[in-house]
Amino acid sequence: MSEDAIIAENLTKIFNGNLVAVDHVSFSVRRGEIFGLLGPNGAGKTTTINILTTVLKPTEGRAFIMGYDVVKHASTVRRLIGVVPQEYTADEDLTGYENIILCGDLYGIPRDISKKRAIELLGLMELTKFKDKKVETYSGGMRRRLELACGLINRPRILFLDEPTLGLDVQTRSAIWSYIKKLKDEYSITILMTTHYMEEADSLCNRIAIIDHGKIMVTGTPEELKNSVGSDIMVIVIKEREDVTDLIDRVDYVKEVRKKEDGTYIVRLEEGEVAAPIIIEHLRQRGYHVMKLSISKPTLDEVFLTYTGRAMRDSEESEEAVMSRRIMLRRARR
Amino acid sequence: MISHEYEELDVRRMFQGLWGLTSRELKKWMKEPIILFLAIVQPIMWMILFGKSMNLGSIFSSTNLNSINIPEIMVPGDLLNPPISGVVNIPGYVISSSLRNLLEVIGAKAMESVFGVSDYFSYLAVGMVSMITIFTSTFTGMSIVWDRRLGFLYKVLSTPVPRSAIILSKVLNAAIRSIFQSTIILGLAVLLGVKFSSTFSLLNLLSIYLAIFLFSTGLSSLFLAFALRSTRHETQMAIVNLFTMPLMFTSNAFFPVSMMPNWLQAIAIVNPVSYMTDIVRQLTIYQTDLTTLFTDLAYLGLFAISLSTLGIILAWKYLVK
Repeated sequence: MSEDAIIAENLTKIFNGNLVAVDHVSFSVRRGEIFGLLGPNGAGKTTTINILTTVLKPTEGRAFIMGYDVVKHASTVRRLIGVVPQEYTADEDLTGYENIILCGDLYGIPRDISKKRAIELLGLMELTKFKDKKVETYSGGMRRRLELACGLINRPRILFLDEPTLGLDVQTRSAIWSYIKKLKDEYSITILMTTHYMEEADSLCNRIAIIDHGKIMVTGTPEELKNSVGSDIMVIVIKEREDVTDLIDRVDYVKEVRKKEDGTYIVRLEEGEVAAPIIIEHLRQRGYHVMKLSISKPTLDEVFLTYTGRAMRDSEESEEAVMSRRIMLRRARR
Repeated sequence: MISHEYEELDVRRMFQGLWGLTSRELKKWMKEPIILFLAIVQPIMWMILFGKSMNLGSIFSSTNLNSINIPEIMVPGDLLNPPISGVVNIPGYVISSSLRNLLEVIGAKAMESVFGVSDYFSYLAVGMVSMITIFTSTFTGMSIVWDRRLGFLYKVLSTPVPRSAIILSKVLNAAIRSIFQSTIILGLAVLLGVKFSSTFSLLNLLSIYLAIFLFSTGLSSLFLAFALRSTRHETQMAIVNLFTMPLMFTSNAFFPVSMMPNWLQAIAIVNPVSYMTDIVRQLTIYQTDLTTLFTDLAYLGLFAISLSTLGIILAWKYLVK
């Protein structure tokens, strides 16, 4: 039996004969890790998740969940996984508790067991106080937590989270992150999540695959990816007025130095933390005094730009558009 | 390693999933009484406005007949006793009211032979059970489109609940709703003057429920099959609108099949609405004819089984794109 929780081999999905949503995607997710699919809206993240959760059939390629083929052993796969879709799928007319019990029924979990688990999960997601309130009274964050609770009712080995914080405000988002971390630590679940928030992928995921136009551009840990695009950025201010560009440039780690009009130096270099004391000492020996120095690491934004040739925010829907679609759907449900 | 026992069909799991999904829909329905009201308002309008205004029986009432100014009637002589040659002119005032009253009896008999009852209102009113069942069952397709659009369907598809349970929960929901709404329709019909036959009993009512269950199962399976892959509720609306009225008019719901031209009769004879409506009439306003009743039920049973089987097979094949 393979050690990997999820294996995707050349997954391809073509809709209506010509729309290629997922294009020969291959990756594997190790047991117990949080794996992130990072990409703009329409990149093929949700389609990939839908194939892995047996909701769509791949046009080409294969995928395995805990060693089971998602097409041939679909019903076994369904028992092993929990799914938290992008949309709020909980029924607004039912209470939070009723919704979780419904999820339990879908897995065929005997009622006495699912009732116990529902209470436990509502506690874990801090929804106990609201369990008998209709979901229509819930806030966005509460709905998301309820979805998480539903996805956990069958004690899944692998949890799929599709955009777990879409449309939530910053505070609620970081609260959801802490719930996800708690799940990983307490239940040692393997998690595959999609997101288009860089900071979310950065702070939650053990490994990331950047996906764009249905193709995986690169896979690795956030650190590896950031290091792969190279340099740190250092900003230096010195007391003296003389130009020390050449002096700084002579230090080993430095790749490029620019002096701005206000007299600060922008330095692109490798291993900024190691280089910083060397640069300071180097300048001091020649009689210059460093007043200020700061180092910044490359972000996933730069990683994304490097591998896809465009900035993430250029390629996506605005938050307002996402929210207005959500409101439209909620109205239409009635 | 998960054992392969899991793969075997587990009847208890199937029923738990089925009931979970059905009760979700029923709970939603019960929490919005306005949906119930909107659903039954159209059959009620037909019943009250059309049923009461199309008062066919009154054409032959003595009040009507006596108010008619009948001119001279020419009677051929060979009809008289003893027969004479030529034609006799009988002035209108000679036609006594008792003769006119006789016509009332003949008219009532004619009504009975055509409609089975002497008043058209009874004939139409109980037939509205078919209409409410058609509305409720055909609209079921819409809910699967919404489930798809809202993402709920994808969540359900990712769980081990059998695909057939997804379809059957909607079918069951339509049948339960139809039965409930039909009860209201029948109650209202009685309040508005429909007289049930003396043989009406609880067993009759339960048999009507069985017929509604079968009819609704067949019809909702068909419309769910149309909606399996649809993402647009507008299409579903159009399909529903396209089918509802023709289904009613090509059946005995408004007028007896025997009075229809041949080509229309051919359609009415295969239209399940005719069988549904006949069952309701047999069990409420007619003296029940058991042979006809069982033939009707057998037809609806066949209709339900074949279409729900088709629906489940298509769900297996097409629910997952």
